[in-house]
Amino acid sequence: MPELSLAERPHQSERPQSERAMIEIRDVTRSYGAFKALDDASLTIKEGEFFSLLGPSGCGKTTLLRMIAGFDNPTSGSIAVGGQPMDGIPANRRPTNMVFQSYAIFPHLNVEQNVAYGLKRLKLQGDEERRRVEEALAQVSLTGLGKRGATELSGGQRQRVALARALVMRPKVLLLDEPLSALDKKLREQMQVELRRLQQAVGITFVLVTHDQYEALAMSDRIAVMFGGKIAQVASPKEIYQRPVNRQVADFLGGMNFVKAEIVEENGASLVLDTLGFGRVRTDKPKAFVRNGGQATLGIRPERLRVLWDNATAKFEVAGKVVERHYFGEITHLIVEIPGLEKPLSVTETNDFGADDIPVGAPIRLAYDPEALVAMAD
Amino acid sequence: MMAIKRLLPGGWLSAYAFLYVAFLYLPVIFLPIFSINTAATPKFPLSGVTLKWYEDLPRTPALIDATWNSLIVGVSASVLSTVLGILAARSITRYRYPGRRAINGLIMAPLVLPEVIVAISMLLVMLQLGLSLSLFTVVLGHVLVCIPYSMTVLTSGFEGFDRSLEEASADLGESAFGTFRRVTLPMVMPAIISSLLVCFTISLDEFIIAFFLTGTEATLPIYIWGQLRFAAKLPGVLALGTLLLFASFLLMTIAEILRRRAASRTRNEGGLYA
Repeated sequence: MPELSLAERPHQSERPQSERAMIEIRDVTRSYGAFKALDDASLTIKEGEFFSLLGPSGCGKTTLLRMIAGFDNPTSGSIAVGGQPMDGIPANRRPTNMVFQSYAIFPHLNVEQNVAYGLKRLKLQGDEERRRVEEALAQVSLTGLGKRGATELSGGQRQRVALARALVMRPKVLLLDEPLSALDKKLREQMQVELRRLQQAVGITFVLVTHDQYEALAMSDRIAVMFGGKIAQVASPKEIYQRPVNRQVADFLGGMNFVKAEIVEENGASLVLDTLGFGRVRTDKPKAFVRNGGQATLGIRPERLRVLWDNATAKFEVAGKVVERHYFGEITHLIVEIPGLEKPLSVTETNDFGADDIPVGAPIRLAYDPEALVAMAD
Repeated sequence: MMAIKRLLPGGWLSAYAFLYVAFLYLPVIFLPIFSINTAATPKFPLSGVTLKWYEDLPRTPALIDATWNSLIVGVSASVLSTVLGILAARSITRYRYPGRRAINGLIMAPLVLPEVIVAISMLLVMLQLGLSLSLFTVVLGHVLVCIPYSMTVLTSGFEGFDRSLEEASADLGESAFGTFRRVTLPMVMPAIISSLLVCFTISLDEFIIAFFLTGTEATLPIYIWGQLRFAAKLPGVLALGTLLLFASFLLMTIAEILRRRAASRTRNEGGLYA
């Protein structure tokens, strides 16, 4: 996770959200022969939203982005941008602009000429073109670098030029194809904050493609998690992280302990499950939960298990034995064997109270909040 | 003992390298040297230094004609083979299709075919087609030998052309033609000019095919060949040869510089240097 204080990070809910749909994707499939890069995907992206398409490589997220941009066409289904169907409309006549993964800065032009590239066709009056170029350069903090040649730029600067070149067109939607993947860690984290700020300032709908879950969690209003050409879950970062709909989503968004469970009772809003390690628990029934026989999986994030020191007790606790300990500076990662569980639990504990000194082999008790337990159908 | 051993490999290598370069360029160096000799026979020691052989060159009408012929053939052949080369190089670097490598191989093959055989075959074909031998038939022959060189230069310029540059242009509202004019063409222009120069140089120096396929109009190498029968004309030939040598050298150097520039330009380094 990027190390940023809350004050530094523009908060997800600061800007009022419009409920108007900006992009509507209806039953879109893209096949290459027998292979379906995108399989019957439907999605609505709202106006002014920072939306991320998150998934491993080959999940169809880039295919979807390229179809929104107009570089590729759906085999079936439809895409509308700003209420306008995009069928048959080529990329150069769409109200979208893209920041490419390679940035695609024109190497024979300087920064200014790159940014003004799309404006040239608009034949703007007087010095309107120059004014807009300068405004765009200021937005991405490149003021004064207009005459710099494209080949003399650092990676971070190239990325800013690509951003300015797209923003200067004042698109309805800005598409970003893994824009931070080529930057080193520190610059990437800085750019995450800047991108989010920029999006808040200009209020344009951003659609980001990424395989980095932290990037998606840190920047987005909503995230669509994709696997194998299908959209697995669409929700806010918090809900995706805390209430993943299945093991695949849970696994992709960081560590998660999975515990086999038996469904004892199911009703509209909650589930009662029997587990070996955690006993009988009652949890919220996720909206997307579809029962698959009598079995279910219970998930809990490693940081939601807390070490109970000395004689402290908690209403909900499990007892076991430390089998491994890994030190990570500010946290320690413990592997704890619980009698009855087929797999030991992963626990991350901050080092404030000496979790880094817990001896391997020592008995240990862990507290948990039943709220943190997520029921999954598979 | 140790010192000698340490020195020897370097010494041998240096000597070898020196002989290598001497072998390559010594004969060529005699050309300019004897071309400023006052005596008509190429023999050491030089009897004196003069530029009169050069001064005589523009006063030879047959030479002027041959120069014009060479220029016409060179320009036509280089333009034609570069246009054809662009189409083939674009297809081979941009698209993936079955037989791509085989086609590339076939296009490059004339490079290793014996030129005499190619020339005779072309002569037979031209005669079968009922074409009378002229500069036009020479141009056709030269296009055939130039295309492999043109392809080599152009593919190295087009290779690695980042497709996203053309997509970015379209994304910013530019039409297909506008994208070609504003992005593709400026980026590959150095490679195209380089190909033109290489083809022109090859055509200018080419002898065998021109010898078989020309009618009554001589190109420069054929004119030189004709002059060699007269011992008295030798210094003039040497002077002309020297000029051709320098022209070729200059053109090839410019071509190589442009080719390199094109190759580095099309490589969009993106975030590699992040």
